[in-house]
This record gives sequence, C-alpha cells and structure tokens, in this order.
Amino acid sequence: MPVLDIEDLSVSYGAVHALTDVSFSAAEGEVTAVLGANGAGKTTLLRAISGLVHPRKGTIRYDGQQLEKMSVEKIVRHGVSHVTEGRSVIEEMTVEENLRLGSLWRFGRRERGAVIDEIYELFPPLAERRRQHANTLSGGERQMLSIGRALVARPKVLLLDEPSLGLAPIVTARLMAVLRDLTSASKLIVVLVEQNARSSLSIAQRAVVINLGRVVVFDAAATVASDTELRHHYLGY
Amino acid sequence: MQFFLNITLGGIASGMIVAAVALGLVLIFRATNVVNFAQGAMAMITTYIAYSVLHRGADYWLAFIVALATGLVFGAITQVVLIRPVQNKSPLNAIIVTFGFLIFLEGVAGAIYGSTTRTYPAPFSEAGQKLGGTQIAFSPFDVFVVLAVLVLMIVMLVLFRGTDLGLRMRAVAFSPEAARLLGIRVRPLLTLGWGLAVAAGAMAALLIVPTSSLTPNFMDVILIYGFTAAVVGGLDSPVGALVGGLATGLSLAYVGGYLGGSLEPMAALALVVVSLMIRPEGIFARPPPRRV
Repeated sequence: MPVLDIEDLSVSYGAVHALTDVSFSAAEGEVTAVLGANGAGKTTLLRAISGLVHPRKGTIRYDGQQLEKMSVEKIVRHGVSHVTEGRSVIEEMTVEENLRLGSLWRFGRRERGAVIDEIYELFPPLAERRRQHANTLSGGERQMLSIGRALVARPKVLLLDEPSLGLAPIVTARLMAVLRDLTSASKLIVVLVEQNARSSLSIAQRAVVINLGRVVVFDAAATVASDTELRHHYLGY
Repeated sequence: MQFFLNITLGGIASGMIVAAVALGLVLIFRATNVVNFAQGAMAMITTYIAYSVLHRGADYWLAFIVALATGLVFGAITQVVLIRPVQNKSPLNAIIVTFGFLIFLEGVAGAIYGSTTRTYPAPFSEAGQKLGGTQIAFSPFDVFVVLAVLVLMIVMLVLFRGTDLGLRMRAVAFSPEAARLLGIRVRPLLTLGWGLAVAAGAMAALLIVPTSSLTPNFMDVILIYGFTAAVVGGLDSPVGALVGGLATGLSLAYVGGYLGGSLEPMAALALVVVSLMIRPEGIFARPPPRRV
C-alpha cells in the first residue's frame, strides 16, 4: 500500500529553522491532520512536500520516488496536488477555465469534459457558476474551486492548507464531509493542515501535532482528540 | 471635412501600429511584470535583418517572415539570457537590464550599419486613393497595416482564448505559483511569451519603416507612443493595447493635423499624464481582487 513517508525533514529560511527533523507517514484512504499553532511550520511542511521550498535535509518518499529532489511540476505529475492557503484560484479566469487548467497535464481533450463534470457533481454550486470569473465567487465557492481544481487531475496525494479559513461553520462542515467521503472512496492520501483542530480531527484517522517546527505527537486522531492535556496545551480547546 | 477625414484615417493606420507595439509591451508585462524598454530596439534589429535579406535579392514577404521568425527567436533568447537571472529580483534590475540592452542594441546597429538613413520598401502603394471622386489619404499600404494588426490581434485572441497553450500562458501570467502547482512548466512559457511579444514588435517595425526611415533609433519615438498606448489601455490588457493604440494614434493625428507635428510628442506626454491622473491602472486593466 503506497504511503507518503516523511523522514527527518528540516527546512530553514536563512537562519530561521522552520522545520526540524520532522518524521511521520500518511496512508492511503486516510486523512492525516497536521495541527499546531500559528507559525508552527505546518504550511512550510506542505510547501516542502510539493516542492515549493527545498528541505535542508531529510527525505520525502512516495510510491518509490524521492520527492525532495524533484521539481514542483514533476511532483504534480507524480500524483501530488497541493491546495495552498487562501483559496488560490486564478481570479481572472472562469470556473471552467480553472478546472480545465487542473486537467491539462493529465487528460486529453475528449476526456476532460467528463472529469470536469465529476467535479461539478461533487460541488454543484460550481456547475451553476461555470462561466463566471472566479473573483465573483463567495469564499466557500472559491474553496470548492481550489479543491475541485486539485481533484480534477485525480491525484493520489492531496495536500490541503487551511481549507476552512474564513468559512462559515456550515460550509466548513460540508467541505469536511466531502473530503471524508472522497478519501475513503478514492483511496486518496490526504494531508490536512488546519487551525480548526476539532473539525479536522473529526474526519482524520491520524494526527501530527507540530510545535515550533518539531513533531510533538504523531498518533491516531482519536487518541489525540481524547488527550485533554495535549489539546489544552497545543490545540487550544 | 475632407481634412478631418484624412487625418482620422491616418490616425487609425498609425494607431494600429502603435497598438502592435503596445501589444508587445503588454504581453511581456503580463507574463513577467517587466516593462521591456528594449522592445523598440529589438524590433529595429529584426528590421535591419529583414533589410539585409531584401538586399540579398529576396522578395518582400520572405524578408517579412524572416523578421518575425528572428523576433520570435531573439525574444526567447533574450528572456533566457538576460531576463531570467533578474526575474524574481527587484523590478529596478529588469528596468536597468532592458534599458541597457536598448543602448547596446542601438550601438551595435550603429557599428554595423552606420547612422545612414535607409529606405525600406512597402509591399503596396503608399499613394492615397480616390473614393467617389474624393481623394482620401488612405493608401493600399494603410489598408494592409490595419488588416495586418487586426490579424495579429485575432491570432493572439485565438491563441490565448481558444487553445490549451494559451490557457497555460494566461495561467502563468496571472499566477506562476498556482500554474506550477497544476503541473504547468512555467519557464518555457515565459520564454515563448517573450518570443511572441518581440515578434509582434518586429511586425510593428516592418509596418512603420516604409513611411519612416531605417536608422538605429527609428523605433525610439514609436516605443514612446506604444508605451503611452499601453498606459492608457492598461499595461496588462491586450484589448487595452488595441484601444489605447487607436486612441493614441488618433489623438496624435489630430494634434499633428491641427496644431502642428512638432507638438505630437508633447501630446503623447499629456495623454500619459491625464490617463495616470484619471485612471492610473489604465482603462482596461484588471479589476483589483475582490474578497467576498
């Protein structure tokens, strides 16, 4: 069973050590929640996996390949999709164009319509707005578009950075439900970075808690959720 | 009335050329956030190359194609060698590089061809035509100029709106990081963007040179007008380049026609200043991102 395996990963920005000796693994068909306070290094972790930042040391292995030596584009073509923080849709393009972009490297012209329709089934509000520019969408719709655009290439690993940021609780709950169903149905590996620990632990099977760039705990999500002291100390609830 | 009609038609023809220059500037600015001050000088070099091809006995159209192809390659090489190293640095670096390249290219052209004024032929007659008994100052060459720029605009529109390559290029221009995360190879597309922009500039130069004259700095003034058009239309808008080009061409034609040709550069400056005061981002610029 393919596993995303991170071992002794360290990332620095100049003299600042953003991540130090981070190790954990994420399995197929599971959501792995990455939790921690602001500035803990969660976003840097995802950016290192997708190749946007280069680690100082350590390895990132997936499906027999070492990702830390690949370019961003190669990592994407190896099946890793990264939805960055802040609903990173291309605002000047329509919903349909954003989705087409996600499918370009993976599918031929004939197949694209069908895979884009699958995304519309997953997120029906996007179908109604397919001809609208992305800058006219609400926050929740933008997030659906970001995730839909990542999913349209049928990735094997999905990296999600703060998908619930700024969203209404009802929209967050709906997104989380879609993610949970999708992960189990399509055998995805999902690495979910969230400040909202409660909602991400509710759909995750495993959890990594990071503090000041170091892993504090890597365990089953249920175990982390039931550890009151850990929750109070690192997760704020 | 006939005078007004004649300067209007002349303004449309020159406006289309200005639009082609502005399009080159816009294509580069959209893709790389660089204002290419060497755009005119690069087009001057491709025109000298076309001139050399003509003087070896080739026909006009072969020289025309050679100039466009040279522009495509020249732009691509320039992006790789000169622009890529300063791409993600301070914008001032790119300004200095392109400005320095402008001076270098004019110096090289001067050293090879001298500062002698040379004439370049037009593919069609430059004489005005009679229309219903009235002589109008709009020649078959002017018709060619308008059609050539329209074809260029349509080709660009089809490329950017109707093809996967264009979709990728737009994505790279709007958000390079998002494009990379969608598996798009950004670097070759930036190189292609520069190639297309310089080819567009090469075409503009071929359209202006028969009514001007070929010297190492013959594109300097037209680059200023192209920059005016790009600022008026919006530095990131190809449609703005067309509309800004026409507005600039017509404004300068009216000023030149009614107030005197020596005031044209002043009018271009006034147009930029007024445009920056009223709508600094340009008429067709992208609206700022809206958060809902």
